[in-house]
Amino acid sequence: MSDAERPTDDHVPGSDDFEPIQVFPEAEDMDLRPGADNCYKCSTCDTNCPVAEVDDEFPGPKFQGPEQWRLKRQEDHDIDSSVMKCSNCMRCDGACPSEVPLSQMHNAARGEYVDEHMDTFSREYVRNRILANYRRLAPLGAAFPRTANFVMGLSVTKWMGEKLLGITGEREFPEFATQTFREWWAERGGAQVRNENKRIAYFHGCYSNYNTPQVAKALVRVYERFGYEIMVPEQSCSGTPMFANGMLDDARRAAETNVRELGAAIEDGADVIASCSSCSMSLRQEYPELFDFDDTETVAENTWDAIEYLRVHEDLEAALEGTSVDGERYAYHAPCHSRNQGLDGQTVELMALIDGVDAEDVGDSCSGISGTYGWKAENYETSMKIGEEMFEHMDAADATTGLTECPTCSMQMEHGTGYEITHTLEVLEDALVGTKE
Amino acid sequence: MAIEDDVLVIGGGLAGATAALAAADRDVCVRLVTFKQSTLRHASGLIDVLGYASGVNGPLVDPFDAIADLPDSHPYRRVGEETIRDALAFFDRIAGPAYEGGHTDTNALVPTHGGTVKPTARYPASTAAGLASDPRDMLLVGFETLADFDAPLAAAHLDAAGVPFEARGVTLSFPGIRRDDAKITRYSNLLDREETVETGTGSATAREALAEAIRPHLADESRVGFPAILGDEHADEVRADLAAAIGADVFEVPMGPPSLPGMRLDDLLYAALEDASVRVTAGVPVIDYQTNGTGADRIDRVIVDRNGTEIPHRAEQYVLATGGLVGKGIRSDRSVESGSRDDDVRTDGVEPADAGGSAATERSGVVFEPIFDCYVPHAPDRYDWFVDDAFGEHPYARFGLPADRELRPLDADDEPEFENLRAAGAVLGGYDYAAEKSGAGVSLATGYAAGRRAGDEVGYRP
Repeated sequence: MSDAERPTDDHVPGSDDFEPIQVFPEAEDMDLRPGADNCYKCSTCDTNCPVAEVDDEFPGPKFQGPEQWRLKRQEDHDIDSSVMKCSNCMRCDGACPSEVPLSQMHNAARGEYVDEHMDTFSREYVRNRILANYRRLAPLGAAFPRTANFVMGLSVTKWMGEKLLGITGEREFPEFATQTFREWWAERGGAQVRNENKRIAYFHGCYSNYNTPQVAKALVRVYERFGYEIMVPEQSCSGTPMFANGMLDDARRAAETNVRELGAAIEDGADVIASCSSCSMSLRQEYPELFDFDDTETVAENTWDAIEYLRVHEDLEAALEGTSVDGERYAYHAPCHSRNQGLDGQTVELMALIDGVDAEDVGDSCSGISGTYGWKAENYETSMKIGEEMFEHMDAADATTGLTECPTCSMQMEHGTGYEITHTLEVLEDALVGTKE
Repeated sequence: MAIEDDVLVIGGGLAGATAALAAADRDVCVRLVTFKQSTLRHASGLIDVLGYASGVNGPLVDPFDAIADLPDSHPYRRVGEETIRDALAFFDRIAGPAYEGGHTDTNALVPTHGGTVKPTARYPASTAAGLASDPRDMLLVGFETLADFDAPLAAAHLDAAGVPFEARGVTLSFPGIRRDDAKITRYSNLLDREETVETGTGSATAREALAEAIRPHLADESRVGFPAILGDEHADEVRADLAAAIGADVFEVPMGPPSLPGMRLDDLLYAALEDASVRVTAGVPVIDYQTNGTGADRIDRVIVDRNGTEIPHRAEQYVLATGGLVGKGIRSDRSVESGSRDDDVRTDGVEPADAGGSAATERSGVVFEPIFDCYVPHAPDRYDWFVDDAFGEHPYARFGLPADRELRPLDADDEPEFENLRAAGAVLGGYDYAAEKSGAGVSLATGYAAGRRAGDEVGYRP
């Protein structure tokens, strides 16, 4: 049947009955044709790509997505290895004026490349697998946090990491907290507020559980102040580092757990809340693009960013009016994954309401670390070149502390400027509850 | 709860940004919601008011002379000449030294990458040394890896157009660029960051290496034109350094998409929005609206879709600036779907509107405005949308919303669709910006008029 007989219509956002597509067993099953057809080659995506800006060896998102997909229609073309240079920042999605599902195409291509062209015994594969599955290793570190922090901080450990695995020795490994959030949650006896009309299920992700429990505790105290009953369901990694490394099998396993557990919580009347911008991005956008478990759509539609939820369901602005904290000037960086959810403006808007707080947006550049990307020895230099603009703007800002909602952005901000970095929820906790740790 | 503001502007291009700035000028709380990056990134960065008019041969010397002869439905006739002038003055204040041309009503003539000459009212400072009315000889420099600009061909075109100077073109290789498909942002980033690059004779900083490559080719020309890739954040500094190192004035030639001058204008506008405390929500579409049951002709709230989560936004006044056929503020389907829209949004007793689906409906026909389902006049048979002459007057080029003098979109009976909705920019119909060279001017004038009016109406209920 020719295209002329079966035209694809102009696609309007919000109007379609989206059919989620299962990636496995064959990424090839995904029909990305309409996406490729929608591309009118304006190259706006290319001008938004932080990698292409610093490395002309990277062909850019327009090639990685629609053009490569078209080339693949000819049997003799394999996925180009350059797809592994994509950092999965997803800025191309927000750029495209024609609704081409660029990051979905990149995820599919990367999955296929890892599946078909990467030797599972290669150092790169093993290293990527380890980075992507931080969630599996973190409990070991968290079991003996002081020992782990000591060992991870040793220069010999970094040297080994670089030599054996290709994990850059330039960065400081994030420290494990001496008590995880879930341990703290159990110790305090779980939810302190009961309210069957206002319930949330907290998707804390890995980082705020193992490394920065103060962020998760801030969320708990702020939400309890507004009278919410908090559930902390069983959960796995959101999958973000797995998509970025083309480890779609691992991502699928994690997603299955999350969709099941969060779906059950929604059934119990809860909305799902995430404090990490990449976690909310993953649950909302990547799950429906890549998986089709029962409830995938339900979870996506009922997942919220922690701050956005309070803005819509509570009068957060009124609550913040007139609050004050000890004077603090922040340099705020909006993570790419907040930007893609339309959340990049909200932090600065809210900070303006608190007396004594001043938050300055340091611009729309990418931090450059992009999760596991900047941890790889071969990407370290690119990652720092991408971050240069943000570092400059942070240095120029009249601020002493950094502010962001993304764990790895905060690592990069600290690494490039030496600033202490905090999370927006911690500032809200300070203003609303007055118990900032 | 909804997210509340006084004025909500939908669309983040030149018209939307101007509307938001003009409303903020009235000291009210303004939010701008924009889905994808705007078509400004495709745009030359020039601010045209009117370059050509029907029945007039060649470019217009003074665009204001021709406005009175435009048809009554043209957006310029809707807002009037004084508003166009006010809007340009408003733009001049926002742009400051980044743009030139405000000293005169007369159109400037700016050479383009095709070697044509474009009549325009305001032009980026980076193009100022390249004007075609300037009698100084010029050298145009192109690069092997940037196929969009063939300097010798552009120079030959300029000569053929009868410009009052000699133009010569050379093609070089760009120091530090290795690949044929490097993105324009790679070029600008090299120069912005002064990266160290390898040259034939060792290594040098990017700007020095580029000047070094050009010097042997310069004869007695006193100005050198480059494709518009000379830096992004530090463009002024890049040009000044190159000019000093080459010993001639340096200017940029506007290019096709993607376009750095368009991106810089975008950055300039968004910096102004931040300074004016306009709240910006980007990356998410407005997909629906609701009226409050009583006065169905007043928009109560709009629904923003955040990855499947529906977020209500409320304001007193709304401005629609979602663009035209390219920006997708006006869309088309191949057939009319019967049946009504899905009304799955229900909040605190607000009645869902019964019109305004996000696909073609019986009411709107196959060319439609997807958010509010405003009326878009068009022939039912698509074969009547175009004419055979490629450069003729195509009906589709004028598709868009008809509006009253306040820029409120009108329904088929010439009544305002909603009392608190105004439209600005390419979503408006009745003009062909590509043929007239009026795109930026209409966006500025209508954005300014709609935004100012929306700001004035806040707190006022008839």
